[in-house]
Amino acid sequence: MSHVFLYALAGVGLFTLGLYALIVHTHLLRNILAINVMGSGVFLVLVALAGRTPGASPDPVPHAMVITGIVVAISATALALALMLRVRAETGRARLPEEQLE
Amino acid sequence: MRAADHSWLSLASRWVLLLLLSALAVGLGYAVLCLSSQAPGLGERVAENIETSGVSNPVTAVLLNFRGYDTLLEMGVLLVALLGVWSLGSIPEQCESPPPGPVLNMLPRLLVPVLILVAGYLLWVGAYAPGGAFQAGSVLGAAGVLLLLAGWCPDVRLVGLPLRIVLAAGLGMFFTVGMVLILVGRQLLEYPPALAGTLILLIEAAATLSIGITLAALFLGGRPDKERLRRRFSH
Amino acid sequence: MAILLPLAGVLVCFLWPRRAKPLGLVTALGVVVCVAGLGWQVVEQGAQRYAVGGWGAPLGIDLYADGLSLLMLMVTAVVGLGISVYSSGYFGRKTAAVFWPLWLFLWAALNALFLSADIFNLYVTLELLGLSAVALVALAGGADALTAAMRYLLVSLLGSLFYLLGVALLYHSFGSVDIVILAERVEPSPAVWAAVGLMSAGLLLKTAVFPLHFWLPPAHASAPAPVSAMLSALVVMASFYILLRLWLEIFPLNGAALGQLFGLLGAAAVLWGGIQALRQTRLKLLIAYSTVAQLGYLFLAFPLGTSFAWKGALYLLVSHALAKAAMFMAAGNILRFGGHDRIADLDRVAQRLPLTLTAFTLAGISSMGLPPSGGFTGKWMLLDAALYTGQWWWALTLILGGLLAAAYVFKVVGYAFTPAEVTHEASVVPARMEWTALLLALAAVLLGLFTPWPLALLDIGFPFGGGYAG
Repeated sequence: MSHVFLYALAGVGLFTLGLYALIVHTHLLRNILAINVMGSGVFLVLVALAGRTPGASPDPVPHAMVITGIVVAISATALALALMLRVRAETGRARLPEEQLE
Repeated sequence: MRAADHSWLSLASRWVLLLLLSALAVGLGYAVLCLSSQAPGLGERVAENIETSGVSNPVTAVLLNFRGYDTLLEMGVLLVALLGVWSLGSIPEQCESPPPGPVLNMLPRLLVPVLILVAGYLLWVGAYAPGGAFQAGSVLGAAGVLLLLAGWCPDVRLVGLPLRIVLAAGLGMFFTVGMVLILVGRQLLEYPPALAGTLILLIEAAATLSIGITLAALFLGGRPDKERLRRRFSH
Repeated sequence: MAILLPLAGVLVCFLWPRRAKPLGLVTALGVVVCVAGLGWQVVEQGAQRYAVGGWGAPLGIDLYADGLSLLMLMVTAVVGLGISVYSSGYFGRKTAAVFWPLWLFLWAALNALFLSADIFNLYVTLELLGLSAVALVALAGGADALTAAMRYLLVSLLGSLFYLLGVALLYHSFGSVDIVILAERVEPSPAVWAAVGLMSAGLLLKTAVFPLHFWLPPAHASAPAPVSAMLSALVVMASFYILLRLWLEIFPLNGAALGQLFGLLGAAAVLWGGIQALRQTRLKLLIAYSTVAQLGYLFLAFPLGTSFAWKGALYLLVSHALAKAAMFMAAGNILRFGGHDRIADLDRVAQRLPLTLTAFTLAGISSMGLPPSGGFTGKWMLLDAALYTGQWWWALTLILGGLLAAAYVFKVVGYAFTPAEVTHEASVVPARMEWTALLLALAAVLLGLFTPWPLALLDIGFPFGGGYAG
């Protein structure tokens, strides 16, 4: 199996791992981290599969997409962290109330 | 703490979840493996058009020229995040912390000028080697974070309108270039090949500044409060 | 143009926070004019394609305007104008300075989304939309709004990531992210199946379809009233629109099974949402659950599949946007007036806010599906399609849903129309807030009277033609 697919499978693995962590944990910081891990998984899939080009240099378009994605992820994470701090300040715990999960 | 964390899912349902997700992973992995092992993607198209794009680094060409519209929207995303963070409240007691220890005292003085230089270099070299606005902006942001960690506080005169101008500059420059091009009769963001390199550098420069300051401002975690800064500087 | 103008508004409002309100209103008017202009162009010349940067797909990004996107844009413009006017009376100066740039960003993101023909570009617009929406929900402050906003953010990011993985698989299978090119090249393969599943899951999460709807009621209910209007009326349209586009263009190979699944989820949403709405004691939560129910109707069109069914669903979507915005504005007025939104205590409102009550009742008529409203036309078309294709069980869902909606609307209206002996001490409700609610509700009802024109609009560009004629 070419190493490209190895990386892509690792990306899938990260994605699933992050998803598990997101569902199972209730602490907000862990949720935010889980989302980041999932994002990294998706980016890895995008970039790894870009290396399947016949020539020497990989396909640049997925690379650009991943740069865009990273910036979006940073912005979202920043907002999420600030929001989490405010939730902590208002409710005293950094968790989402469980009764509302209905 | 550990037990409380997983409390909402019983042990049995956690195993079910694990099973389901493993099935998902296997399915996705299979889907990935079924992809052909050789696929040029858009690499050839990029290579064909790269001379008219104004830069020779293919990733920068895609980011700033072929798919520049995505990058424009992305500058918007950065700004929205900052607006959101600002709307949540003012800076927690950042600028009023005790003076930093010896490491943090020396480190910014040594590193920040170097970081700024590196950022400038990355911006310039992005045209023909890995680099560009986002990379340079991140380095600049890191420099800003370092300064903030060391207890530096922005001068109160800089915090109002000038700060907002710099923050909006990335999106603004993109927007302005796009509008000017429309007025001149071309499509949105369709750079004339002769000017393409210069326009890209112009946009990237504004974007670098914007990104760097936005990242540092996001690190602060709140809106800079003019009143409190003024009070701090008055004594 | 319709995208650049709100962005310009953002920049200006951001740089001059003191003048944010008038600048924001001017921008809102400008956007409506732009959309009207684009509409004129599309009607005259047919569907338009615009290559940003002059490159054209697959290298560059294309914008595409056909009847469907135009309809979405116009609804957004009308409701957006209403929300802008309403907000100018709602927020105090300090919040307004942050509100206007965020709101204009949201509007820009919506316009960009409806015009985009590139699935990665759609991802970026989705994120822009999501982040602005979350920030706007959090404006209300207070524990309820903040936890709802946090949950909304996590859900939104999760949905987007699922969507992005699907985009990754599609790009790497076929070498393009342009919708038209993908439609040409797509063929069944495990990667495509995976992408279909992923993207549908992500978008279903973002459209709050049962059982993934849990995040919506708290977020829509605890946000400030104009933000609730935005979310329930406009933002939910966005993810549904993307799902629709993908379904029509890239996934027509799936046919029955997935469509029936969507239909089932939709039916469950209609029934569950309706029942939950009946159980609520607070007005805004009732309206939020009503959104869940109404969104369920849209998914009934998937198993029905005929172009008549699609048009019916879209008609419902448009009427819902108008009606729901009006309802939330009415709720906001009531909240401002009395300081609370407990349904049982609404009886003190009737005499003092006649315009608001009329607005709510009219919007309720459209939601119930009584003639002559837009809601009625939409449901009628769906019913017709259900009977035509012989899938009568969906018709049953439609009728049941209508009954439930009637129940919860009457619950509110019943309380509100019985005058009470003791009236509240009232805060003043600015006139513009009442009038915008009324006008939007009126529009929802009028949609029932002027049906041919919007339906003809949907035919431009034949998004529903081809394999789905009927």
